[in-house]
Amino acid sequence: MGITFRKETFRDDFTFKNSPEHIKRFPFPFHEDAYMYAVNIEPHVVGPKGSVLENLIDVDEHYVAEMQDRALVLAEDPLRCQSLPHMTLAGWDLLELLMEQQASGYPEHFTLTRDGDRWRWINRPLGIDDTFTFGDTSTLPYGPMEYITRQSQGDFCILDQRDGNLWMDAGMVTTQADWSLDFDIGMNFFEWHAPVPLAHEKGIFVRALKFLTNIQQGKPARRLNWTMTINPRLDTSPENYHKWGPDRTTVTPENVGDKVHLRVELQSFWRLPRSNGIVFPIRCYLIKMDELVTQPKWARRLHRVIRDLPDELATYKGLTRYRPTLVEWLSKLDDGSPTSPGFGPD
Amino acid sequence: MAAKSIISRPVYGTLSPQPGKQHLFIADAEGALAIAEMAERAPPGFFDDAEIVFIPGPDGKHIAALEALKPAQFHQAPSFASLLPRLRQTLANAHMGVRLYLSGTEGLIGQAMQVALETGIDHTSIQTEHRGSLARRMQCVHCKGITENVTTQPATCAHCGLLLLVRDHYSRRIAAFQGVCINAEDRSEIPPMEEIFR
Repeated sequence: MGITFRKETFRDDFTFKNSPEHIKRFPFPFHEDAYMYAVNIEPHVVGPKGSVLENLIDVDEHYVAEMQDRALVLAEDPLRCQSLPHMTLAGWDLLELLMEQQASGYPEHFTLTRDGDRWRWINRPLGIDDTFTFGDTSTLPYGPMEYITRQSQGDFCILDQRDGNLWMDAGMVTTQADWSLDFDIGMNFFEWHAPVPLAHEKGIFVRALKFLTNIQQGKPARRLNWTMTINPRLDTSPENYHKWGPDRTTVTPENVGDKVHLRVELQSFWRLPRSNGIVFPIRCYLIKMDELVTQPKWARRLHRVIRDLPDELATYKGLTRYRPTLVEWLSKLDDGSPTSPGFGPD
Repeated sequence: MAAKSIISRPVYGTLSPQPGKQHLFIADAEGALAIAEMAERAPPGFFDDAEIVFIPGPDGKHIAALEALKPAQFHQAPSFASLLPRLRQTLANAHMGVRLYLSGTEGLIGQAMQVALETGIDHTSIQTEHRGSLARRMQCVHCKGITENVTTQPATCAHCGLLLLVRDHYSRRIAAFQGVCINAEDRSEIPPMEEIFR
């Protein structure tokens, strides 16, 4: 039995929704009733059946709609996908990784067959059946990174490792939480994180870089990050901030449940075998408040986290304008009873 | 000197003579003074293998001071844009062992470094010294247009007209600071414009 892909939009009429099964598998990011930065990196190993970790590269009911939204973003702004000249080999590494993972996790939807360098890739949800020569860019309609990331959920950054640092030298970034690949491409790990408040002083990035530069092939790692988005909009890029920014003024006590979305990024980190680069998929999950609060523990916990969030973090995450309305709405769902440890619903 | 703020914001030093076979200086306006002061600390004959490329400021000063250093070549350019083809060729033909020294405004240092990076020179090997104006070269993240000599916070994009927060976030590849709409959420909020990059 395969996935039933939803027909939905992430712009204009915003018809995006999660099915009841998808609400339960949502990667709720708070393991306790408070939030502060931490180097919360752990091995990226397979998790329980039915969770977003059932496969290391997750494909879900939003796959087809997300790929359609990505195509719209790229048609408008091709600079959301860039690869510096020395990154083509890493692009082939990524193509191999994503084809292998998607084909082994979802054989009813994806098939990869290999005869030496002649590869055949069948992507049934998107109606693709291509035969190409691995390593020969002229046999694909796009460069290898762009080809496969037009067929894979989430943003992808490919980092080159040199001089003891990681360099953001290629990426497909159309569903980002307010950072610009076009501006940041070519920067090192500390430079592209420069605008993040508080974390530099806590030494977070020094420790994170040390961890990441030591990642070994076949031993990926992961972490969760989060923010909030008004309307289920994937493209919250700085490029279009003047278009989506006004959404933040539209939150009222009546529409919080439908408009305000928790946005969770499942970030994973994989060593690439030929290029020795690291690929950093940033998989975005959205859930509207009405859906989230169907799990009473999540409602209570989210209330406490948002209420107690340090102002600097609330500002950085862009919550300031609607935080009071959101906290007031969530407070009605928090009877003060304790929440059980861990991420999952009760 | 510009105050240090966030990690992506460039930090400039003081020019000092480096071991090398060839020395290429690129300076504008008061950047000439950085070269002249370095010359006092340079070993005899240092400028025999040096080329100085200079874009004078509006006051036209410092040309004679640089010529007096007797570099192997002295070239005066009217603007950075007009210098660009020559600079690209010089760097493309440069041998290993060429050392690059940039001094003057942030816009000059940034744009010369951008060309050097394109020809494969590592940015950490380049000597820089900031002199003169703190005016910023800014890229609008929305329309991608570059506005030169930004002195105010916020600043108006010369291309799309949005009111932009001039961030400290800096791209060496684009040679510009990032400008992001400061009132994107509510265009009726118009913060006062202050002259802070002088």
